[in-house]
Amino acid sequence: MQVDLRQEEDALIASLAGIWDLEHTAPSFDRLIESFAAGSTVEAIAFDTTELGTWDSSLLIFLLRVRDYCEAHGLDFRAESLPENIGRLLDLTRAVPEQELERREAKSSFLTRLGAQGLSWFDGVLESVAFVGRVAQGFAHLPRLRGRLRWRDFWVVVQSNSSGALPIVTLISFMVGLIIAFLGAVVLRRLGAGYYVSYLVGYGMLREMAALMTGIIMAGRTGAAFAAELGSMKITEEIDALRTLGVSPIDHLVLPRVLGIFVMMPLLTIYAVFIGVLGGLLVSITMLDLSAGQFIGGLLTPLTLSDGLLGVFKGTVFGLIIGIAGCMRGMQTGSDAGAVGRAATSAVVTGITWIIVATAVIDWLAALLGV
Amino acid sequence: MDDARCIEVRDLTMAYGGRVVMRDVSFDVRRGEIFVVMGGSGSGKSTLLKHLIGLKRPVKGTILFEREDFGAADEKTRRGILRRIGVTYQNGALWSGLTLAENVALPLEEFTALRAEAIAEVVSLKLALVGLRGFEPLYPVEISGGMRKRAALARAVALDPEVLFFDEPTSGLDPITASRLDDLILQIRSCFGTTIVVVSHDLASISKIADRALFLDIEQKTMTALGRPTDLRENPPSEEVRRFLTRSSGARDTPVFEPRPARTYPT
Repeated sequence: MQVDLRQEEDALIASLAGIWDLEHTAPSFDRLIESFAAGSTVEAIAFDTTELGTWDSSLLIFLLRVRDYCEAHGLDFRAESLPENIGRLLDLTRAVPEQELERREAKSSFLTRLGAQGLSWFDGVLESVAFVGRVAQGFAHLPRLRGRLRWRDFWVVVQSNSSGALPIVTLISFMVGLIIAFLGAVVLRRLGAGYYVSYLVGYGMLREMAALMTGIIMAGRTGAAFAAELGSMKITEEIDALRTLGVSPIDHLVLPRVLGIFVMMPLLTIYAVFIGVLGGLLVSITMLDLSAGQFIGGLLTPLTLSDGLLGVFKGTVFGLIIGIAGCMRGMQTGSDAGAVGRAATSAVVTGITWIIVATAVIDWLAALLGV
Repeated sequence: MDDARCIEVRDLTMAYGGRVVMRDVSFDVRRGEIFVVMGGSGSGKSTLLKHLIGLKRPVKGTILFEREDFGAADEKTRRGILRRIGVTYQNGALWSGLTLAENVALPLEEFTALRAEAIAEVVSLKLALVGLRGFEPLYPVEISGGMRKRAALARAVALDPEVLFFDEPTSGLDPITASRLDDLILQIRSCFGTTIVVVSHDLASISKIADRALFLDIEQKTMTALGRPTDLRENPPSEEVRRFLTRSSGARDTPVFEPRPARTYPT
């Protein structure tokens, strides 16, 4: 890889010599020409390739830089002094003119971006509201649709959210019951009220933790599955195919799914309460030396039916949230390969966020109503 | 006035977001003809199709389907129009959770009051028409790409539509399968008198099936040719149309690229 410059009349001759390959760094033409003190009359750059050995793209890159330099400085680039095949390759790089692509988002001020972000956020909210509205409309039509609803999809959802979800719900709620009992055991024993640990576990599981944990598990499991499933259908134009038949994708795809999880979530919540209490029982017996009878007694005396109903109500609301968030993100899927993944992620994030917000709102209302 | 017009498109402008894809597109599709929309990749052919079947609303201009404005129609009219058209999507878009029989049956269940046995008979007939007799219980993933396109065709003709839309019927198919699909399209037209609108860039297929063709020019962002493919080939209205129909790259003096530059050049 060697370049020597010499001047012949008005032309600068660059002799290219040696082996040119990409593994070695090519000399910088700009630096070469700076260090070469040429006479003032240079009008062209030509090449001498008699000593040139084997070469690859590195030579072409070098030559392109020389050509750019020539164009920038108004010099004549004598491609004809190069071997014919090299000249043709250089021509090929110019065969199609460079595209001037419009990139509007290239430069914008912070304020513009903030505004655009705000508008797109607002659009997102509107879209969510519209989607919830359409699902609500679908539910209102339910009696009319009954014969035509895809009950098979409904039963598939019911199955995957019952027997399919039991192992993970069992594991998590057992652990949560255990954790609450551990906390209670430490704190309550100090106050000499170890007996009340069953109350804490029962109250915590019934009112909050069973519904919340089941909701979060289901958002990750079922919500993501809905989004991925509908997203793939969107990409393969299956949803367009429904629309052009005049079949509403909401009625046909979304309703059976939302209905399925809406029915199953309260049942899973009740199941989670029982398993969580079992976890608490284990800790109470092993760490606090309570008998099972004492534990159950301490549990049943203070709890009321409204505690249980509140938990089940939350579970039902979470079921709606998970179903709607999952289906909505699925239906909003874009059309590239990463879109389904983003839809699934977004379904989980949306689902969990709405669940937490709903918990706060419901707890606040419950406190206001004294439930 | 010409009463044979089935679809009328007037001054249509199509855009994605704020980016205009095509403007000033006007044409008629006559009843019973095979009308091909052709153009290079990315020229907006499929977008035009989406406008014609009502999946996208025009930014400007109107689309009349049998004198009714599709874009401005209310839900009931839209459903009425949708009942009269059939669409075959690029990759079939068969519902992957349903068997072929259920795929073809769904439009019948939605739009007709037929009993289950009658539907099963129609489904078998339509599948037999496209050469898929006995494939009823299979799922779309279990059959080949060519079969999937034919099954999609069976679904599209389930309701005996007046107009059938095709998005790239032959793309991704070998020449023999593609040619058979063309035959099938011609047969459907001659047997049912169906008006057929095809989006395609497959020259062999275009010259075989098209009565008239529309050319969308990606650079000028509008239509630049409309007529019979043979006439267009003999008298191309623009250089781009000539290149498209003669399959030439259009670059003059393009150096012939040697796949691998030999590593040594004694000079």
